[in-house]
Amino acid sequence: MAERAHTDAPHHDETSYVAIWGVLCALLGVSVLGPMAGVRLLTLITAFGIAIVKAYMVCRYFMHLNIEKKWVAYILGFMLAIMLVFFGGVAPDVLRPEGLRWQKTYVEPATAGGER
Amino acid sequence: MDVPTGRLAMWWVLASETVIFGGLLGSYVMMRLRHGAWADQAANTNTWTGAFNTLVLLTSSLSAVLAHQAAERGDGLKAARLLRCTILGGGVFLMVKAFEWTHEITEGFTITSGLFWSFYYTAAGLHAAHVVAGMVIMFIVSLTAARNEELHRVENVGIYWHFVDVVWIFLFPLLYIAK
Repeated sequence: MAERAHTDAPHHDETSYVAIWGVLCALLGVSVLGPMAGVRLLTLITAFGIAIVKAYMVCRYFMHLNIEKKWVAYILGFMLAIMLVFFGGVAPDVLRPEGLRWQKTYVEPATAGGER
Repeated sequence: MDVPTGRLAMWWVLASETVIFGGLLGSYVMMRLRHGAWADQAANTNTWTGAFNTLVLLTSSLSAVLAHQAAERGDGLKAARLLRCTILGGGVFLMVKAFEWTHEITEGFTITSGLFWSFYYTAAGLHAAHVVAGMVIMFIVSLTAARNEELHRVENVGIYWHFVDVVWIFLFPLLYIAK
């Protein structure tokens, strides 16, 4: 038996999907142009802050997470929480050059170019 | 739980994918914070190429969601056409990536050129593999959709494609903008 399509909520018409796409493209433009100012804080906001906004818009309006069952968002949120635990648990060691019984010996190549 | 089985399975797939890509991106951020020299290496990636590919994926996501909408209305033929537009978007994305990688490898930036390039090729390569998988699945779904059969699959494959788009939305600033 064929399963039914996702029809249990109000849907956007074609025009609003195109409008959302337009907003996403405009945000893309800002995320490219913002860092050109060379201001670190502005780069962080325009590049990474806008990435979060774009991802949110795609999830909400294109993946329809706003009208999906709540537990779906909870599952995805739980996975992201696991990633934060991973990051929080590992980052302190990764970011330090040495510990009680260990020391990092890897040295990143100083030159910008690759192997030729 | 009132969620069709296919869609439920798709959400579980994406939950596992979240951990895969989340782990990769989390590792990248950690290593990037540790190694300032990565900024110099990242300076060799082409921002405009990355931006163009982002635009291509965003546009392909639009055609995927419009295909879902057409499927909801029972218009399988239109849904199939829009899915093929999405496949075309994936094809353009991969072609641009192929030219970009060819250029970078020719310039000497290979997967063994440093930690940044290792992450660059691993993350972008894993993402490209997901694009290829999505294109293949979408093509199969478009065949049945064109016959007005199994239209619920249009939404499922669309959800997958949007996820691939979301992953790229985060890869783009990490690999192309943060220099």
